[in-house]
Amino acid sequence: MIVPIVRTAIVSLRRDRAALALSFILPIVFFSIFAVIFGGQHDSTAKIHVILVDEDQSRASLDLARGLQREESLVVLTRPSSKNKTAAPLPEYTAATAEAAVKAGDVPVALIIPHGFGDNPISFGGDQGGAAIRLLNDSSDMIAPQMVAGLLQKAGMTSMPEVMAGEGIKRFDQYSGGLTPEQRKQMNGNLEKLRQYENRQAAGASSAQAGSFAGPIAVQSRAVVGQNKRSPMISFYAAGVGVMFLLFTASGSAGALLDEAESGTLDRVLSSRVTMTTLLAGKLAFNTLLAFTQLVVMFLWAWAVFKLDLFTHIPGFVVMGLCTAFAVAAFGMLLASICRTRAQLGALSTLLILTMSAVGGSMFPRFLMPEAMQKAGLWTINAWAIDGFTKVFWRDLPVRELWPQVCVLLAVGIVLFGLSRRIARRWEFA
Amino acid sequence: MNVTSIPEFPPQSSSSLLESIPLEVVSLAKRFGQIKAIDGISLELRVGECLGLLGPNGAGKSTLIRSIVGRVIPDAGSVTVFGSPANTSEARSALGWVPQELALYPRLTCRENLAAFGRYHGLSGDKLATSVAWCLDWAALQDRAGELAKNLSGGMKRRLNMAAGIIHRPRVVLMDEPTVGVDPQSRNRIFEMIEALRGEGAAIIYTTHYMEEAERLCDRVAIIDHGRIIAQGDYEELVHDAFAQRNQVLAHFAGPPGEIEAWVGKHAGRLLDGAAEFTIEDSTLIAGLLDDAARSGLKLLDVTLRRPNLESVFLHLTGRELRD
Repeated sequence: MIVPIVRTAIVSLRRDRAALALSFILPIVFFSIFAVIFGGQHDSTAKIHVILVDEDQSRASLDLARGLQREESLVVLTRPSSKNKTAAPLPEYTAATAEAAVKAGDVPVALIIPHGFGDNPISFGGDQGGAAIRLLNDSSDMIAPQMVAGLLQKAGMTSMPEVMAGEGIKRFDQYSGGLTPEQRKQMNGNLEKLRQYENRQAAGASSAQAGSFAGPIAVQSRAVVGQNKRSPMISFYAAGVGVMFLLFTASGSAGALLDEAESGTLDRVLSSRVTMTTLLAGKLAFNTLLAFTQLVVMFLWAWAVFKLDLFTHIPGFVVMGLCTAFAVAAFGMLLASICRTRAQLGALSTLLILTMSAVGGSMFPRFLMPEAMQKAGLWTINAWAIDGFTKVFWRDLPVRELWPQVCVLLAVGIVLFGLSRRIARRWEFA
Repeated sequence: MNVTSIPEFPPQSSSSLLESIPLEVVSLAKRFGQIKAIDGISLELRVGECLGLLGPNGAGKSTLIRSIVGRVIPDAGSVTVFGSPANTSEARSALGWVPQELALYPRLTCRENLAAFGRYHGLSGDKLATSVAWCLDWAALQDRAGELAKNLSGGMKRRLNMAAGIIHRPRVVLMDEPTVGVDPQSRNRIFEMIEALRGEGAAIIYTTHYMEEAERLCDRVAIIDHGRIIAQGDYEELVHDAFAQRNQVLAHFAGPPGEIEAWVGKHAGRLLDGAAEFTIEDSTLIAGLLDDAARSGLKLLDVTLRRPNLESVFLHLTGRELRD
């Protein structure tokens, strides 16, 4: 009796293409996405873009800049890249423009080598009096500043400071005619302090405090974005998770078209004064409103429970919310018009939405992904929506700065709706 | 059901419309792949008339109706409604369609369904409210106006489905098998609704594969088979054209099936569901027929002499039963 049951189930599954797709294609797609992101494909590991401003222009600062540029895991930018390759190069970054670039999300980290750095490039502690390099970072990216700080030390000097200092004193002693006993005593005292410091470091004492000694080169870190945020990643997850579920809801809601086609209601509606374009536009408007309402509910929840600062960002939220809802609704309409049955719609939407969400940054931030994957993410609605919401809630940028995201999302919505209208011709006449 | 309170259908607005034919179909043809769904159908619906389209499942009735309402684009031929080509807004306003499927919004109430379809036809305000009330009354659904469509009984859903098709008060109504799947009591109520509609002056095309419905409701009947109209006229004309003055004899015999078949063939009859069927000019001939059956060793179980009906006509014209 068991064999006939198994046979019946196999035949049923074989004929249910939607179930087959979900059973076999979806796991393979997801496995591939996660393998690419976390599987150590070294040649495509994300490079960190960092702005370098050399105010000092000393021999030491120039050497340091060259050292940083040699680092393969860094892309060092000294001036904004010009969109027109034939045009004259844009002026170099200054401390102010570098900070603005970090705030705008162009790069996660900027390094400012201040005037006077070259006078005393090597710092043996907080009391050496040298000009510390300023590291400006966006605290939404917790990895990039640590990477840059580490590579900065590597680029500057990789040997231990105590050894370097000892070597320096030895040379000084050799070429200057010798230290006086008093000088030698003081120097030994300093070296002892340095040794003790290194021991403390080895014992795990904190080295992450801003302005503290974290290597031979003194660095002062400062978060220029998100420093005052109470719940740093809430807006990211509200947008990321929100968009993913908006996509599911939109495709489900648009699936009402399939129900109406199956029940004959669509035929009846189209036999009235309502045209297919009017009908689809009506559905699009409803699905857009539904998606926007979902976003409102989700962000209100984030405000009430997770202290998201919603009410000081209302204009940006409304603009991004409506654009995202429009694009998502059009995406749902396209899926519904492509599919013949609810089962097909369920399978296709699950496959596409989970893939888009993984690649587009709804599940984990795109800056953690390899560069190729980050670029691939730009083909998803999720990425543009999340970028826009991040600009609003994380970077506190004004509404006018949302134009790239607004343009892309509106264009995506219009194109997808146009496609769905074209495909829906199959319902118009037999 | 208070059918007497139904207000009149809107009067035709111009003399040109009065002179026009409500519906004219000329040489309509539609093919789906290798199948000829409609094969050169021509028909005319007159003012205030109920024309029955009688035919078995798959004969092409629904495709013809869907062509008229613009849901199927014919390969050839034309459809005009009061002189306007189908698919124009004038034609759409004048046409009401009651599809075979229950084309309703299940999660809307009766009133909401009617209002939705009324709006789709361009009604609003008082006109919409009046029309919804009229339809609820016509369909005897006033006391269920607030009920969700999905919670209605089968018969009520059918009535609501009909009401949604005429919410805009069309002058030509196309009903595609509106009694499919309903019990006899609900069917009678639907007949009353259709008769009330006719009383208000609507011209109706009524498709069915139930001969009794066509006989009861229709002024004229077009018999359709394999996408073609094989006969049309009123009941008497159809029967007369097929049988003239001949009567139909149906007899059941006991005996070896082969012998029964041979005997029936000898007398130019045929076997239908175990019954021997003959047509005779004069009813007195039946005695000689039965005598010969007895002489041939066949035992008569029962015999019926009747005037031919539409089913007989269909059988006569196609050699097949209507409900095949």
